Amino acid sequence: MNVYINGIGCISPQSSTDGGLFSGDIKTYEGEFLQCIDPDYKLYIPPTMARRAGRIIKMGAAAARICLHDADLAMPGAIITGTGMGCIEDTENFLTEIILNDEKMLAPTAFIQSTHNTAAAQIAILLGCNNYNMTYVHRGFSFESALVDSMMQVDQGESENILTGGLDEMTPGMFAISRRLGIFRNSCSGHSALFTKKASGSIAGEGAAFFLLDGQQTSSSYCRLEAVEMLYKPDDEKEITGKILKLLKDHSLRIEDIDLVISGVNGDERFDGIYSSVLAPFKNCRLAYYKHLCGEYHTSSAFAVWLAAMILKKNQVPSFLLAHGDISTPPANVLIYNHYLGSNHTFILLRKC
Amino acid sequence: MPGRVFITGIGIISAIGDNVAETLTSLIIGKSGIGKNTHIESQYKEIFPVGEVNKGDHELAGVLGINDIREYTRTSLLGMIAAKEALSDAGLTDISKAGTGLISATSVGGMHRSEMFYKDFLNNHSKGRLMNIIHHECGDSTEKIADILGVKDFVSTVSTACSSSANSIMAGARLIKNGKLQRVIAGGTDSLTLFTINGFNSLMILDKNKCRPFDDTRSGLNLGEGAGFVVLESEEMVIKSGKKPYCELKGYGNACDAYHQTASSPEGNGAYLAMKKALDMSSLKESDIDYINVHGTGTQNNDLSEGKAMLRLFNGKVPPFSSTKAYTGHTLGASGGIEAVISVLAMKENILFPGLHFTTPIKELGMIPVITVQTNCKVNHVLSNSFGFGGNNSSLIFSQS
Repeated sequence: MNVYINGIGCISPQSSTDGGLFSGDIKTYEGEFLQCIDPDYKLYIPPTMARRAGRIIKMGAAAARICLHDADLAMPGAIITGTGMGCIEDTENFLTEIILNDEKMLAPTAFIQSTHNTAAAQIAILLGCNNYNMTYVHRGFSFESALVDSMMQVDQGESENILTGGLDEMTPGMFAISRRLGIFRNSCSGHSALFTKKASGSIAGEGAAFFLLDGQQTSSSYCRLEAVEMLYKPDDEKEITGKILKLLKDHSLRIEDIDLVISGVNGDERFDGIYSSVLAPFKNCRLAYYKHLCGEYHTSSAFAVWLAAMILKKNQVPSFLLAHGDISTPPANVLIYNHYLGSNHTFILLRKC
Repeated sequence: MPGRVFITGIGIISAIGDNVAETLTSLIIGKSGIGKNTHIESQYKEIFPVGEVNKGDHELAGVLGINDIREYTRTSLLGMIAAKEALSDAGLTDISKAGTGLISATSVGGMHRSEMFYKDFLNNHSKGRLMNIIHHECGDSTEKIADILGVKDFVSTVSTACSSSANSIMAGARLIKNGKLQRVIAGGTDSLTLFTINGFNSLMILDKNKCRPFDDTRSGLNLGEGAGFVVLESEEMVIKSGKKPYCELKGYGNACDAYHQTASSPEGNGAYLAMKKALDMSSLKESDIDYINVHGTGTQNNDLSEGKAMLRLFNGKVPPFSSTKAYTGHTLGASGGIEAVISVLAMKENILFPGLHFTTPIKELGMIPVITVQTNCKVNHVLSNSFGFGGNNSSLIFSQS
């Protein structure tokens, strides 16, 4: 299957729109959650949208625009998004209105924008794109489902290229709920201590990352998107490792061919053990982390793919990934392994092109 | 694209029946499920009629042999019942031998329970029973369905508003055509919520009477709830098992209207493109289509633009059509699955189901739906439309196999 990443756009808690992060400008956070750095939205979306739309819609639309500009493409063959929680801010706003106004005289705006496919639809409206438009919303599989659909369509020639993105927003309300549920830590001593100070729960994050996936390689392609696999509620860690080894075999790769593993370790002591045992056969590979940069959210693997694409194009493993092992040689094959609360496991394989 | 995809099992629950047999009976005798809202506590309980499933949560759980319902939202229970029926209808007891996936769809997931939580949570973030919010995510009902069916190989959820479950069927078919899976249970589930009742009311598109799709006097939709699932199988699986499938999923298409977040373009451009794509994929001619199960919500905007798109695609010669939303209500993320099951039934029984409450054609269109039940028709090819917010338009074509 030949699928190339020919354009990228990423809004994140790091300087990911202006090249800052890869020049060493690491944003540090001491607060409770890592919030996206808003670009000047007026550069990417109409002023009315910048004023009225919810954050996730703006983040998504801007990331999509940056990605298409990067790929030098006006009209993608399809738009496919993945989002775990969708438009939480608008959902909360409408719920609040229902309760406070006792169901009377409600303005429809929040409801209209609350559906999970709003960002994908708004991007289509911005571009005037009548092509296939799809949104997957399955916890830690959301972005990966979007990738699988995209890869099949490119591979079968249903679409020459596809604008595919993963996006989620965090709100104070959702943060409060998630913390009560134990997903996030009760006290946070900053993102830099995420891996050293193990605790129950991770830190919250958010982001929107878009990719232009294309069946044709160009001189500016970032990398090849080789494979995406998902594993639902595996019986044990052996099954997960088995899935990875089979994935490598299916793509004629040996363990030692993987020269960078980006792991979704998030500092949650209840679940981080899974990473170390599953990745045990990769003990000689360079191992990198990413969630100290973007926080934990359902589609954080989209940020990891953005990092991997940058790494494969720039031929360097930046030190901010806190990688174990020698970072001086450029990688050729990158494996991203992430899981969501131990039940949704995903594997993304990217190769230099 | 290589590979054919067949439908080998169907399952459904809605206001007109708890299973396929009851649904078929209601459709034939023209029995609508629209009536008084009994389980959603709303100011509009007496004002807007809804298509409610006839069982309470405990009764639904009872059907599934579940005692403790705290873990299961109504959305999950409805989905589990319909998906289980589809799987058993396909005669499948052990699904572990061939790659099997589940793609479910929902528009608001566990919202019905989130609303209960939010009332307490709003003023104090340390309040609200967490048991009522942990099922909010759309993936929750899908995983409940996957677990009761024992699906492990591929599990995902689609949410594109009211076209959600037509898209989950499309996504399932693509996985089979690409050889990733041999079998996919696909469809969707949604329960009534305070959120959607108020949402559609804020858009002023809820009818205080029973909805009248494609009627000139139509004045909005009735919300409904339920679930509909189909079992999709590869040609290889069908040959291997020797069973006779209901039909083939011969074509599908999705297009974006790219016009407005909630309103359809006046000419129904997205609707036209979706139907055209499905037709092109099926290699059928327009005149081959024997029946269209239209989206037909009963709103001014939808029916007019959908009708215009149909007139354009069929060059004025529109095949028999009807909306079955006057029976079930608009079941949002479940409607594509529910109407896929109804389309399959039309083909299996060679019956055209009538649209209810129709008296006067829409002036601009002059189109008359099927208004009495038509038996002994030859129904070889059925087109089913599902259109959603964001201009998300999807069409499926089912053909006798």
